[in-house]
Amino acid sequence: MSDTLRESVEGPVTDAVFEIRDLRIHFPTMNGDVQAVRGVDLSVHKGEMLAVVGESGSGKSVTFLGVMGLLPPSTVITGSAKLGETELIGASSKTVRRVRGHKIAMIFQDPLSALNPVQRIGPQIVEMIRSHDPMSKAAAESKSVELLDLVGIPQPSARAKQYPHEFSGGMRQRVMIAMAIANDPEVLIADEPTTALDVTVQAQILEVIQRIQHELHTAVVLITHDLGVVARVADQVQVMYAGRSAERADVMTLFKDPTHPYTVGLLKSLPRSGQERLTPIIGTPPNMLRPPSGCAFRPRCEFATDVCAVDLPELRPFHNSQTACIRVEEIDLEPVL
Amino acid sequence: MTNAPGVPVISVDDLVKHFTVKSSFGLRSIRHTVQAVSGVSFDVFAGQTLGLVGESGSGKTTVGRCLLRLIEPTAGSIKFQGQELIGLGRAEMRELRKELQIVFQDPYASLDPKMTVGASIAEPLKIQKVAGDHDKRVGELLELVGLAPDHARRFPHEFSGGQRQRVGIARALALKPALIVLDEPVSALDVSIQAGVVNLLEDLQAEMDLSYVFIAHDLSVVRHISDTIAVMYLGKLMEIGPAETIYLTPAHPYTQALLSAVPEPDPELERQRHRVVLQGDVPSPINPPSGCRFRTRCPKAQDICAEEEPLLIDRGQGHPVACHFAEVMPEILAV
Amino acid sequence: MTDLSEFEAAVSSPHVPNDELDSDEVNALIESVSPSRLALRRFMRHRVAMASLVVFTLIAIWIILAPITARYGEIEILAPFNGKRGLNSPGAKAWFGTDQLNRDLYSRIIWGGRVSMFIGLTVALFASVIGTLVGAVAGYRGGIIDDMLMRTTDLFLAFPTLVLLLVIRNLFDQLTWLNWLVGDLKSIRFIIVLLVALSWMSVARIVRGTVLSLKEREFVEASVALGSSAPRIVVRHLIPNAIGPIIVALTTSVVAAIVAESTLAFFGFGIDPVYKTSWGGLLGDSKGQVLTGKWWLLVFPGAVFVITIMCINFIGDALRDAFDPKQGQARR
Repeated sequence: MSDTLRESVEGPVTDAVFEIRDLRIHFPTMNGDVQAVRGVDLSVHKGEMLAVVGESGSGKSVTFLGVMGLLPPSTVITGSAKLGETELIGASSKTVRRVRGHKIAMIFQDPLSALNPVQRIGPQIVEMIRSHDPMSKAAAESKSVELLDLVGIPQPSARAKQYPHEFSGGMRQRVMIAMAIANDPEVLIADEPTTALDVTVQAQILEVIQRIQHELHTAVVLITHDLGVVARVADQVQVMYAGRSAERADVMTLFKDPTHPYTVGLLKSLPRSGQERLTPIIGTPPNMLRPPSGCAFRPRCEFATDVCAVDLPELRPFHNSQTACIRVEEIDLEPVL
Repeated sequence: MTNAPGVPVISVDDLVKHFTVKSSFGLRSIRHTVQAVSGVSFDVFAGQTLGLVGESGSGKTTVGRCLLRLIEPTAGSIKFQGQELIGLGRAEMRELRKELQIVFQDPYASLDPKMTVGASIAEPLKIQKVAGDHDKRVGELLELVGLAPDHARRFPHEFSGGQRQRVGIARALALKPALIVLDEPVSALDVSIQAGVVNLLEDLQAEMDLSYVFIAHDLSVVRHISDTIAVMYLGKLMEIGPAETIYLTPAHPYTQALLSAVPEPDPELERQRHRVVLQGDVPSPINPPSGCRFRTRCPKAQDICAEEEPLLIDRGQGHPVACHFAEVMPEILAV
Repeated sequence: MTDLSEFEAAVSSPHVPNDELDSDEVNALIESVSPSRLALRRFMRHRVAMASLVVFTLIAIWIILAPITARYGEIEILAPFNGKRGLNSPGAKAWFGTDQLNRDLYSRIIWGGRVSMFIGLTVALFASVIGTLVGAVAGYRGGIIDDMLMRTTDLFLAFPTLVLLLVIRNLFDQLTWLNWLVGDLKSIRFIIVLLVALSWMSVARIVRGTVLSLKEREFVEASVALGSSAPRIVVRHLIPNAIGPIIVALTTSVVAAIVAESTLAFFGFGIDPVYKTSWGGLLGDSKGQVLTGKWWLLVFPGAVFVITIMCINFIGDALRDAFDPKQGQARR
């Protein structure tokens, strides 16, 4: 095993930089309450990349949008999300503004919507820097050029004078990353950063994010639905389903020894060589207005019994992971790899 | 729908599509030509699937639209069962539209939100004035794609993405076509749902002897469903051959880079793989590079690549490759 | 609400996985709701609009039942009372007072309302139908038809409304060959034709804009792929999906028509005042009278006029919201 591999398997031995406890988020709508997140526990450590994996209705994006205060005001959020000692849920807008963009930054799937189309890139980054760290304009400008260089934009000082539409999709994503790390955040949340990009560009962007993780020791939360991306860059993985966690493990263990039927279902549904027929997970993602009682995966699970309908399953240790399947000891989950 | 044996269902020869774009600067205006597709040729046979892969700007979506003449080609030839489509009159084209159908990428936009799902599926029957009981046929089609017949009176917003995509497929099947162009049909769906839709497509193909042109950027799905794979870059074909060959032993540097970039769901493999990471961006189709269009990002580029455009011919690998230095590289084998 | 416990029980027993696709079971238990029904529900959540709807309906009933609700005839001159042969202040005999010819203002407001509303609704209806058809075709086809439409509307929009009204009014009067359509200069028919001629253009612009964005949607492309003809696409797909903006344009037209008619009447260019009156006519009659203390001639017609228009506007706002809600049904 290579050194980087060993390190990512055993994990860095530091305290969590960012910790979420029992997070619950629901939206009142015309038809009732959409229970997007129903009790999520999560933690990320310094220099670690946590991949949060899920499909529609899993609540993976909503969790972090909620923590960052980016959801509409009618949203109800309870629970705890601590960045070091600072509690973010229910915090004053002053606290949120201080923390957001500075200690914890977020990048999104569509970089164009985050950039001001009528302002050049350079000034936008400068604005970002100076809003959290009062320094002279000249100093901020030179820092912004450094940042553009760090994310791999060629001829950074020239390109800083250009407008967003003069950049390609991949370049814009790099700019967004540059803006996000401008203030050296402790946590970088990347919400499907490569989903809208071509696969060759995706590879480049993932490289940039990994470089930031390793060089700046930033904790990275990578929200994605692509298990290939997870396999490539993640250290730890948390699988979410219907607003709750299904499984948490380090990346090797997740793929080799999955401990939740949903994870197995996901892995099995991916096309592999020599397969005659693909294996979907039967059924559809749950309706978050009225999630099933007990374990939300039960209507689609081949191992479900009466016992699964009773309580909301919590994450608990099993083998090398944490799982929310209460029947995992009794059932036989065939490994996929 | 019955095909003469040996005659391809679709035969494309040197297809070209150029878009003119006007941009004005004050009083002047400059015309740009976007060379979306610049000479693409391939055949699709009955019951077979051609996987058309490429990234943005490759022109693959334009090719798909041209096959149905949803976009009018600039030049070239498209033959359906031997009959030339380009230049065909409106009335004759309408006849042939029965045989050529399309399924779109976005399950949320491809159905009219104001029409019931049954009405959407029945629309082709109405337009082409097909005789018989439409309601019954709609019910049959819904069952064929794995939905219940009484779903016909529901509206699109009541269905999940995967279900809507099935409705789109049912609509495409209504007229019993010979060929269906599938434009990224599963990209917008959850991974666990994709598998079900792909299985459905394969079953239907076997049952009804359908041909597919499967346009996608997700190479693992394309590999699974395709018999032949064609790789496009900036409006041209780089490589075309049997699916397994392209996937396991690609000979073109672009195909190699593409496959190398696709993340495999196997962490050990991923962290040990040799990777070809392309630098830079895709050049603009308004001003494509001279000679080989891939040369600006190609690790093997030499002077000859700028001077002479490599032809799409067999260079000893058993399938056509458009590269002066085509070579299978064992260390870049995908799994 | 349907009982879901039955469903829960069925799911909790151990079952063998099969290939049968079970659709979203919860969806199956909820009744099928069409997009129009959804819009209706959204509309009903706007309290101000609902209140406006009630008020407007009351006014409409009040006006429609004129033979019952009005106390006197439309141009009925009352015998002198209170020592005056006209301009009586509000009292028992004439609730809202009388005008110079001692005609009951209350009744004239009702009769006048009939005229104004009739004109407003008729103009809106015709303008919307014509505007929708022209706008849809122009938007879908593009080309020369579209260019012509846009340039024409641009031209007309460049002039102030009143100037336009007067110029076209004059024009229609001069063109004798139009008489079969427009009738007499001071007739209701004339006003209606005049206002339709000027109102259809804003509806057309709105519909054209909506169609321009709609025609890029994939379901339109799908219809083309099926061999659909252009008229079919316009009628079956584009117009039904543009119904939101169309309805909003319709309510705006009603208001615009009532206001336009009132403007014309105010300046004496409206309907022949001898036999009929309208709200605009009543407002016109109040010219100069207010300064000499005859406040009722302005206040009562003015109040009814303003309330009605505000109600229509609120309803229109809520309709726009109902058909183009901010939050969509995002699933991913």
